[in-house]
Amino acid sequence: MSELKSIRVDGLGKCYRIGAQRRKAQTGIVALRNSLMAPLAYLKQKMTAATEEETLWALRDVSFDVRPGEIVGIVGRNGAGKSTLLKILSRITDPTAGHAEIRGRINALIEVGTGFHPDLTGRENVYLSAAIHGMRKAVVDAHLDDIVEFSGVAKFLDTPVKRYSSGMTVRLGFAVAAHLNPEVLLVDEVLAVGDADFRKKSLGKMPGVAASGRTVLIVSHNMGAILSLCTRAILLEDGRLVADGVAQEVVSTYLSRGATHSGEAHGNEMLRPGQKLKIRRLRALNVQGNVAGEFQKSRGVCIEVVFDVLEPGRGYVVNLQLFSLEFGCILTTSSWDSDVDSGAQRRWEEGRHVARIMLPTELLRGGEYWVKATSAMPGVSVLDEMDEELRFVLMDSDSPLAKHAEGRRGVILPILAWDIRRDDEGRTTKKGGV
Amino acid sequence: MADTKNTRILRVHPAKGLVPLNMAELWEYRELLLFLLWRDIKGRYKQTAFGPLWILGGPLINMVLLSLIFGKLAKLPSEGIPYPLFAYSALLPFGLFSSSLTGTATSLLDNSGLISKVYFPRLITPLLPVLSAFVNFSASFLILLGMVFAYGFMPGVEILCLPLFLLLAAMTGLAVGLWWASWIVHFRDLRDVLQYIVKAWMYASPVVYSSSIIVDRFGPEWMPLYRLNPIVTVVDGVRWCLLGVGQGPDSMLVFSYIVVFLLLLGGAFAFCRAERTIVDIA
Repeated sequence: MSELKSIRVDGLGKCYRIGAQRRKAQTGIVALRNSLMAPLAYLKQKMTAATEEETLWALRDVSFDVRPGEIVGIVGRNGAGKSTLLKILSRITDPTAGHAEIRGRINALIEVGTGFHPDLTGRENVYLSAAIHGMRKAVVDAHLDDIVEFSGVAKFLDTPVKRYSSGMTVRLGFAVAAHLNPEVLLVDEVLAVGDADFRKKSLGKMPGVAASGRTVLIVSHNMGAILSLCTRAILLEDGRLVADGVAQEVVSTYLSRGATHSGEAHGNEMLRPGQKLKIRRLRALNVQGNVAGEFQKSRGVCIEVVFDVLEPGRGYVVNLQLFSLEFGCILTTSSWDSDVDSGAQRRWEEGRHVARIMLPTELLRGGEYWVKATSAMPGVSVLDEMDEELRFVLMDSDSPLAKHAEGRRGVILPILAWDIRRDDEGRTTKKGGV
Repeated sequence: MADTKNTRILRVHPAKGLVPLNMAELWEYRELLLFLLWRDIKGRYKQTAFGPLWILGGPLINMVLLSLIFGKLAKLPSEGIPYPLFAYSALLPFGLFSSSLTGTATSLLDNSGLISKVYFPRLITPLLPVLSAFVNFSASFLILLGMVFAYGFMPGVEILCLPLFLLLAAMTGLAVGLWWASWIVHFRDLRDVLQYIVKAWMYASPVVYSSSIIVDRFGPEWMPLYRLNPIVTVVDGVRWCLLGVGQGPDSMLVFSYIVVFLLLLGGAFAFCRAERTIVDIA
C-alpha cells in the first residue's frame, strides 16, 4: 500500500505553436499583396505541420510522484511552465506528450471567483461557483453557514457582487473553494490576493486540508508562502524539472540560479480595465546609485520603486515587503508612512512616480533577501501586485559582527550598545553577606 | 486494494483520434447546466424596471411591429391565414432554431473565460443556448397562442404534435452549431459568416412566404429537394399544429430526424475534439 500515489506524472510535455516572425513589407505594393494573400498564408499555416522555430515547449518531459497528504510547492520564474502544469493536471488543456494519473476527486483553483456574475448576489454566486467546481447544491446547502462565516461577508450576502470590493469578492471566492473538499487540490497563486488577515486565514486552512490526507499542489511566487506551507518543492525552468526535494533547499536553489540576483524586477504589462495604479519596476541601488545584486551590509541598500498613477486620487498606498529565505517576511514598509506627519493622505497626480527607500541594513543579517511590491487602497481594494520579486544578497564582511555573528539566533542582527560598568557597591554587599 | 474500489483514477493524456463523449459525466454536471441557465436569465433582467416581464414584452413588441408592417403593407399569399399570424407562427420556431444555432456556434468563444479557468464537461456550453432559446420560445409562444385565439382559430388535437417539430428545430440548430463551433475556433471569420447563413436559411424556409409558392412557381418535382431543409418541415409542421395549413408529420419528418441525429452525433465529436485545443489558441 505504500506504493499508492496520489499524483503520478510521467514524461509530461506541452507544445505550443507560436507564430514565426514575419518579415516587414518594404514597399506599399508588397504590403498590399501581403494583405491580399493573408488568408492563403493563414490557411497554409493551419494546414502544415509546425516547424522547429514555430514551436515552444512550455513543458518538457516532466515526471514526478506525489504521495497522499503531501503539500508540494511548484516554483520557477514566469514562463517556466508552472501554470501549464496545473492546467494539464486539472484537465483544462491536454498535454502534447506523456501522461498523468490522479487518484480521487480533484479541484483546481486557477482563479478565485471563477464564474461569478456581477449582477447576482453573493449568495447566488456561492451556489453558482460551487456548481462550476462540480459541487452539488445539497452539499452547498449543508456548508453554506461555514462558507459565509469563513468569507466574512455575511452582511452583504444579498448584495450584488459588483458592489463588493475586490477584496470581498476574493474572500467569497476563496471561501467556496476552501469548502470543496477534494482529495487533490491544485492552487495557482490564489494566496497572492486578498488582505493580510485573510491571507493568514487561508494559509491556516491549507495545512488543515493536507492533514486530513489531502494532497495539495501550490504554484506561487511567494517564497514565504511556499516555505511555510510546503514540505517539498519542485523547481521548473524553461519547462523542465530541474530540482525536486525539501522545500527549503529547492527554494534556495531557485533563488541562487541564473540571473535571479540582477537587482532588478519588472511588473507585467497587463492592465485591468479601470486600474488606478500600476507598479512598473523595482531596483536595488548601491550608494553610487547603480543597480546591483550584491551589497555590503555596512554600505546600505536603496530600493527604488517606479509606478504609474493612471487615475488621480487619494488613498493609494504602495507597500514593500522584505523577505528572507530563512525567516519569511521581515518587514513591510508603506508609502503611507511618509504621510503620517501631515495627518492627511497624499493626493496622487496622474503620471510616473519614483520612490526611493533606504533599507535599515544595520539591523539585517547577511543572506539572501527578496522584495515584493504591492499597492492597495487599504480596506477597499488591491490595486496592483508584482508577481516578480526583486532579489539581492546582503554580505557582511566588514562590519564588527562579521566574524562572530555565526550561530546567533534571531530574525534581525542589530548592533546594540552595551552599557557595562563595574559595580563596586554590589561587590561589597556580596562580600558583606559572606 | 480495498480503498481503490471507490476512488476513481483520472488519466490525463494527449488527445488522439476520437475523444469519447462521456455522457455519464455530462449527466453528473446537470445541476451546473441549470445554474448557468438561471444565471443567464436572472443576470439579463437585473436592474431593469420591468424585470422578467421583458421575457413577454420583447416578443409582444415584435408581434405588434410585424402586424403593422405585414398586415397593412406587404401582401404575400398566406393560404387564407391573416398574415401577421401566418408569419409569427413561423418566426417563433425559426427563432428557436436560429438562436440555438448561433448560440451553439459561438459557445466556446463566449465561455472561453470560464473554460480556461476551470474544468467541466464542455458539452454544457452549447447546450446552454439551446435551453435558453427554449425559455425565450415558451414566453413568445404564449403571445402566439393569444394571437391564435384572437383571430378566432381553435387548435385541435394536432397541437400535441408540436413538441415533435420544436425538438427538430432545436436539434438542427444544435447539430449545425456544433460543427460550426469546431471550425470557428480556428477561423473567427466564420462568426461573421454565420449571420448571413442564418439570413439565407430564413429565406430558404417558408417563414415570410408559404411553401405552396414553390409548387406554384417551380413545380411539384422541386418539393423533395426543397424539403431537404429540416426547417421547412418544422415551419410547415408548426403551422399545421396551430392553424391547420401546411404539412403534418410525414416520412420527411422521420427522414429529417435521422439526418439531424447523425449530424448531431458527428458534431458532438467534432466539438469535443475542438474543445481540447481552444484553451491554447483562444
